[in-house]
Amino acid sequence: MIDINESVMQFLLAFVVVGPLLGAVAALLPAPPGLKGKSPEQAVLRHGVTVTGAVLIAVIVLAVGFDHDHPSKMQASTDISWIPALGVRIHLGIDGISLPLLVLTALLTFLCALYSYFKQQHQRLAPGAAGPSPKAFVSLLLLLESGTLATFAVLDLLLFFLAFEMVLIPMYFLIARWGGEQRTRAAWKFILYTLLGSVVMLLGLLLIGIKAGTFDMVALATDNGRSLTTSVQVIAALAVGIGLAVKTPMWPLHSWLPDAHTAAPTVGSVLLAGVLLKMGTYGFVRILLPVTPEGLTTFAPYLAAFAVVGIIYGSLACLALARRGAKGDLKRLIAYSSVGHMGFVLLGIATMTPTGVNGALFANIAHGLITGLLFFLVGALKDRTGTTDLDTLAQETGAALYGKAPRLGGLLAFGAVASLGLPGLAGFWGEMLALFGAFRPADDLNRPAFLTFMAIAAFGTLLTAAYLLVVVRRVCMGAVPQESPKLTDVQTYEFAAWTPLVALTVLAGLWPAALLGLTDPAVQQLLAGGTR
Amino acid sequence: MSSLAQSAAQSVVQSVDWVAIAPPTIAAVVGLLVLVADLFVDDSKKVLLGWVSVTGLAASTLALLPLLDGDRSTFCLTGDANVCSYTADRFALVIQFLVLGGALLAALLSMTALKDAKRELPEGEFWFLLLSSAAGAALLPASRDLATLIVALEVASLPAFALVGIRHGDKRSSEAALKFFLSSVTATAVSLMGISFVYASTGTLYLTEIADSIRQVDGQFHTLAQAGVVLTLIGFAFKTAAVPFHFWVPDTYVGAPLPVAAYLSVVGKAVGFSGLILVTVVALPSYADVWGPALAVLAALTMTIGNVGALRQQSTRAYSAVRLLAWSSVGQAGYLLVPIAAAAYSDDAQKAIGSTVAYALMYAAVNLGAFAVAALVARTQPLNRVSDYRGLYAASPVTALLLGFFLLCLAGLPPGIIGLFAKVTVFSAAVDAGLGWLAVVMAVNVVIALFYYLQWTALLFRAPEREPEKHRVPAPLTAAIALTGVLGIALSGAPQLVLRFSDAGLF
Repeated sequence: MIDINESVMQFLLAFVVVGPLLGAVAALLPAPPGLKGKSPEQAVLRHGVTVTGAVLIAVIVLAVGFDHDHPSKMQASTDISWIPALGVRIHLGIDGISLPLLVLTALLTFLCALYSYFKQQHQRLAPGAAGPSPKAFVSLLLLLESGTLATFAVLDLLLFFLAFEMVLIPMYFLIARWGGEQRTRAAWKFILYTLLGSVVMLLGLLLIGIKAGTFDMVALATDNGRSLTTSVQVIAALAVGIGLAVKTPMWPLHSWLPDAHTAAPTVGSVLLAGVLLKMGTYGFVRILLPVTPEGLTTFAPYLAAFAVVGIIYGSLACLALARRGAKGDLKRLIAYSSVGHMGFVLLGIATMTPTGVNGALFANIAHGLITGLLFFLVGALKDRTGTTDLDTLAQETGAALYGKAPRLGGLLAFGAVASLGLPGLAGFWGEMLALFGAFRPADDLNRPAFLTFMAIAAFGTLLTAAYLLVVVRRVCMGAVPQESPKLTDVQTYEFAAWTPLVALTVLAGLWPAALLGLTDPAVQQLLAGGTR
Repeated sequence: MSSLAQSAAQSVVQSVDWVAIAPPTIAAVVGLLVLVADLFVDDSKKVLLGWVSVTGLAASTLALLPLLDGDRSTFCLTGDANVCSYTADRFALVIQFLVLGGALLAALLSMTALKDAKRELPEGEFWFLLLSSAAGAALLPASRDLATLIVALEVASLPAFALVGIRHGDKRSSEAALKFFLSSVTATAVSLMGISFVYASTGTLYLTEIADSIRQVDGQFHTLAQAGVVLTLIGFAFKTAAVPFHFWVPDTYVGAPLPVAAYLSVVGKAVGFSGLILVTVVALPSYADVWGPALAVLAALTMTIGNVGALRQQSTRAYSAVRLLAWSSVGQAGYLLVPIAAAAYSDDAQKAIGSTVAYALMYAAVNLGAFAVAALVARTQPLNRVSDYRGLYAASPVTALLLGFFLLCLAGLPPGIIGLFAKVTVFSAAVDAGLGWLAVVMAVNVVIALFYYLQWTALLFRAPEREPEKHRVPAPLTAAIALTGVLGIALSGAPQLVLRFSDAGLF
């Protein structure tokens, strides 16, 4: 849109990756004079807001300066040799696929930092609000941001692996230190599952790199698997696929996710669902699709089958949790619904068609916005009522949030409706396109199988609608008892943190072309092989 | 007449390249000096001996600098100048740097340990033993015949037995020393037997000549040569603490003074694997079909048993921190063996060997760092349990952050970037050689190892059980922690510094 000098763009992209890292180190140092604030806690949380805000601004400038006429071209790219012995290059760049994810990540992290800052301000007035030090919290949050942004910005397989691993330690500590019940177990489950997946992925990446002679993603994508034999492609796709599928997560490798979400603090859940899961699906699109096309073709039917099972399984699990008397936890329910939503994303990728992959990328972003919002809302609900247990909340008649805190109830209903894929909101287009893709999969895939998958997945959308409506009925509706205390309704700072998500959900729903226009040319190119 | 005598003398008397052999020689000479000086120095000035030794080790490390410009050889056969007993090539220099640098750091740790022991440890003897062991360890990577190799191995090992048992009247210390001594001597004896077999079938002790002549061994001697190869490897596998020769490790590390355990975990291992490399890759490349699979199986067993052993340590048991580091060092030894095994299958054996060297350099820096922090904690918590590290962050943030960094480097997870990339080179050596199964075993081991490393790291940042007390950290200990910390962080920023060895030939 606006023409920005290429070297400025390069600098901005490098800043986006390195800035949070430096900020993480700075957060651990004592605050310099003049920036001490009211208390050390306040100062360091403000530092978090400043750094994530600066990163968000940099990303927005990048998005504005991005050449929207050529979204398939790698832009703002830097390519420096780092470890010649391993052939690792610091190769950064963005195209239409990575830009939306970068914006999403920077936005969600900023909102999380903002939310934590004001929440601390708010709680400072209330006595007995002593948790572990916010210093470490901010530092870990920034480390996490750096890792996730790097994942979407790097174009070197080993660097991708490094960024992929970089999020593990901060997330582990966020869950283990600031989490709820059973947090230690959940944190271990999270890190061991993901690490086991990612070391297997490393073996696959090394196989690709050694056989093809380069770790550069752009070169490998241009090559489109021509320098890899089919057997190498199949082994590599399997190894890399397992690592990414654990992260995504794909049924049956998902079992770490509900535990991690249930135990994680609000901010951890938002980032886990909104950003971390996307790293898995991004890897599928960025690495497996262009680099090992034959390998992925071999596994696409299985991937689609697992994805569809995930959709049905996630919805059924949610229905079971939403039942009265099931002692269902709201966070756990949203986590299972994520398994279902990510199933749509994987189905879209498995079709290996532009329609399906575009749908997958769209659903990716939509899921990040909507689920991020839902986790924020449930976190707020927990702060007010002290529980996320559906039965405790709803009791006999329903939690009557509409009556007790109308705005909160309204927002929750909005999130649920967006999540079930109401046309006009962000959730709709991605799943729609993924199903379209499955209707006419790539030529060398078995069409009848994919038609079956499509039918089952479409049935899954019905189940999704069913459990989300049950949740809305049990949480938002109900009779307000006379003597019951009114809950605090949505605070200003909460509005500030949530409004961007609501607005973007509506925008993406009403104007999908804004996003699809970015991803489509890039996807076309990746599927065809090569970059212009 | 006189000229005839001169030329005769020239053909018999060798000219010695003193510059080339300076690094081990300086260490040995300073060791002797310290031993003699000990007799004449007052008790109050014994600390000087420590500084002399540290300076000596630093000087011998610096003596490596003039050798960088090219390969030098000395003690060559008078008839054939290409066959030498001592060669200072890149491989030798890198390992010498590792060994001497490791010994230097261990010496810094020892300064504090000796001071804290308040004259219960004999200082002069201690420094003499440490320096002579370091001299032997520095001689080993440069030796190019089997006799020198065994002599170097023994010079490195014999003082180590005494170092382990140096705490007079300490039952655990003597028991550890005895255990270490008996198992080590057995391994050396077996190794010597193997060497005699190899000598019997080839008729030479020079590594390069063995490589040539073992190809044409008489059919009847074939079995003898094979048995010789396997037996020779055993001695070095013992030093590396490869399974099943690892039983001495945990008890020895716990029984020994902490700096000695640190020394053994790095320098002792370097001795083992550099000997293994010389025997396998330089002397016996034609027997790759014998030692390749053997080493691959050894590597898989070593890393699995080491990591499982570390996993089973209870954090509240006495000395569990050292025990855990001991078991983890067994596991790490397994990773070190992977590229050596891969060298048997790969077209480019040198590249694979380079991965071992790169990994060893990373391991040396961060493992010594972890031991340095352990030595610091042991000053206030003599039982040195893992649970004693709880809340270290509250007491001294920088130390805790550094220990966390070292442990994550050992685990191979960011922010320990150098640990991650060192593991990547080892993995890629295995994948390159087609040892897929070994790579998968290693992958599983990395996950197992993460569990105990991260558990320990997480403990550092928990709320402390009692009010943290502030202590002054002695200067040598600070220097050791700072040095290893700076090394680890610098390497994480520029991994190429050590990884370049995995790219180029070392011999």
